Amino acid sequence: MVAAAAAGSSIGCAAGRSPWRFLSLDEARTLAAICDQIIPPDENPGAAWAGVVNYIDRQLSGPLRHLRNSYRQGIAAVDTSSRVLCGANFVALAEARQVELLGLMEQGRAPSEAWKQISSSEFFALLVDQTMQGFYGDPRHGGNRERTSWKMLGLPYPPIRGRLHYDVNTASVPVVGSKVK
Amino acid sequence: MALKHVNAVVVGAGAGGGIVAKELATAGLTVVLVERGRWYTAFDCRKDDLRNQRTTVLGNAFGPDEDRNPRVFVDEQGHEQRLKPSDGEYNNNAACVGGGTASYGAMAWRYLEKDFRMRSTYGAIAGSTLEDWPISYADLEPYYEKAEWEIGVSGDDSNNTFRSPRRRPLPMPPLPPNREYQVLKPAAERLGLHPFDIPMLRNSVPYNGRVACMRCRWCVGFACEVDAKNGTQNTVIPTALATGNCELRSECIVKEILTDSQGQVKGVAYFDSQSRLQEQTADLVVVSGSANESARLLLNSKSRLFPSGLGNRYDWVGRNLQGHAYTGAVGLFDFEVYDDLGPGAGIAICDFNHGNHGLAGEGLTSGGMLANEFIRLPYQFVGWRAPGVPRWGRAHKEYMRQWYRRSIGVMGPVQEMPVFESRVQVDPKVKDYWGIPVVRLSGHRHPNDQVVGKFLASKAEAWLKEAGAITTWTFLPGSGLSGGQHQAGTCRMGDDPRTSVVDKYCRVHDVDNLFVIDGSVHVTNGGFNPALTIMAIAYYASDQLVKSWKGTHGAS
Repeated sequence: MVAAAAAGSSIGCAAGRSPWRFLSLDEARTLAAICDQIIPPDENPGAAWAGVVNYIDRQLSGPLRHLRNSYRQGIAAVDTSSRVLCGANFVALAEARQVELLGLMEQGRAPSEAWKQISSSEFFALLVDQTMQGFYGDPRHGGNRERTSWKMLGLPYPPIRGRLHYDVNTASVPVVGSKVK
Repeated sequence: MALKHVNAVVVGAGAGGGIVAKELATAGLTVVLVERGRWYTAFDCRKDDLRNQRTTVLGNAFGPDEDRNPRVFVDEQGHEQRLKPSDGEYNNNAACVGGGTASYGAMAWRYLEKDFRMRSTYGAIAGSTLEDWPISYADLEPYYEKAEWEIGVSGDDSNNTFRSPRRRPLPMPPLPPNREYQVLKPAAERLGLHPFDIPMLRNSVPYNGRVACMRCRWCVGFACEVDAKNGTQNTVIPTALATGNCELRSECIVKEILTDSQGQVKGVAYFDSQSRLQEQTADLVVVSGSANESARLLLNSKSRLFPSGLGNRYDWVGRNLQGHAYTGAVGLFDFEVYDDLGPGAGIAICDFNHGNHGLAGEGLTSGGMLANEFIRLPYQFVGWRAPGVPRWGRAHKEYMRQWYRRSIGVMGPVQEMPVFESRVQVDPKVKDYWGIPVVRLSGHRHPNDQVVGKFLASKAEAWLKEAGAITTWTFLPGSGLSGGQHQAGTCRMGDDPRTSVVDKYCRVHDVDNLFVIDGSVHVTNGGFNPALTIMAIAYYASDQLVKSWKGTHGAS
């Protein structure tokens, strides 16, 4: 699921060349794994499937260009921390260990030698905020694939129905398909 | 090539300036209306929940330009920061034709009689420059009415027993209630409160040749693509242009107001949309740039006769910057209260606008209205996290699913006590794209604002509990400077030139052909969204200006 999301860009690419605008293939894989712990798939899709990596990658070439260094250094530091604590890169860890490491980052307690340029709690706060933006924000920015979070919250579509409002069933919109665990 | 001399230059096409331009042009004066932002049409209004005037994570939708307009913010510890318009501490207000009125929530409040007599009502307050206005509610009443009918207001405040007297009802009925309204109204009544339908500058029925609100999810922070929200951009500004007497020049940045050797103003120097410096001469100049930018322009207009800027002989320009200390509570319910009907806000109470207990030992003080919040978009709801709920992971997702449609927010603007040290200056070093010194913000809120904020939040919480909320928590205001979309106060209106900037007709004390007509002149800012009051003052001051108009001095 995670690897599929990371490689799931529609941009054609030769083997090994990153399909992303800013992120490398490895960075995108790590980021997808992190995002999928911040908003994990359950009966509804998670952040990776929803395109949060695409959202972040696109914004890093646009309005959030100033955060490029934070991401480059931060993602590398996640993997360094992961190797120090668990002997493997983040994507290779079991889910419980991934959650544990992110919890340490949130509290600023990740192995300090990895976090000299940006603090782990600062980077984690950035990741949480931008994962939320990509997951819950408008699909036009590259995330929230198929308005998946809006469906999850029971927001009817199309959103502007004017006076016909009460003709629409107000119960939660059911999720169809097999995109979930 | 010199530009043709006109009777009046109005700087800023927002709530104040749009009305002034229309009133002067209708009375036969020739007017140039200069606006730094663009004129957006309905087609530009692709509603974007990450890029609008309320959620700016990807920028502002209606200006100002992110890279060309820095400001400097000095925090309470004295640390200086250079900011972009999308940063919170920038205290931005939209830069476009219509100003804030193109994308506001459009609540249309008349201030209460006591809001104009704050000093008489509550006495001197230590640490505050609290003062009465030189005009009363009665002076403004006809102009409030004019704003309600010309710009267009829907709602029904007849159940508001605390309202100021009005001669004429609102021109449009309220929108039908949404589910939150239906839950909150009986609860307020059980508590002995006096709930009513919020007056809104929004068409509930076709009005002024435009359609009624379609009740969509995107309102506050966005422009309306069916043009049912009423601002100056779709009412008075088109009227002004239709007279043939008014020319609108958008994307023009005013650098300074020019003065002659007699101490009169003679026009403005501005950079046009191609960044060429132009001079527009006029018989009079009206500054309507809102509290931050109006003060900046006066302070940047230095000359031999006015070495510290126009209107600033006694160092009052830029002082007393105030907005509102927003406070309130959120409640979670075990039944659905969300029905996806915009604009969302619909019910309010004014039971706590005055006579509340403030700082210990200081007796009573003012408060603010409380109303249900506008519809929150999913990303905004992420911030409505109950205490103890993790901000990420499975629990976060479960929380969103469980409570998004089962939550109500009740919020209100605390009327702030003006503070002399909360101020706009021009920065000695930082300049904008055009080389003009930028706004430098510094100061803090009066401690009373937080005390009253806490009190008002407890009332919001009690209201939600009575309505059936099973969990509630409060949002309390901080101590930092406040002067964003509700910015006001920096060019105080008063009778004494030593303690104010403009007289009671908005004329700068020592320059008789220079006016400031926007929220800057507010002595105090009410416990309400200020837009309708800015509009009423613009009608009132324009009326006086036209009556005293003695004709052109002619081109210089």
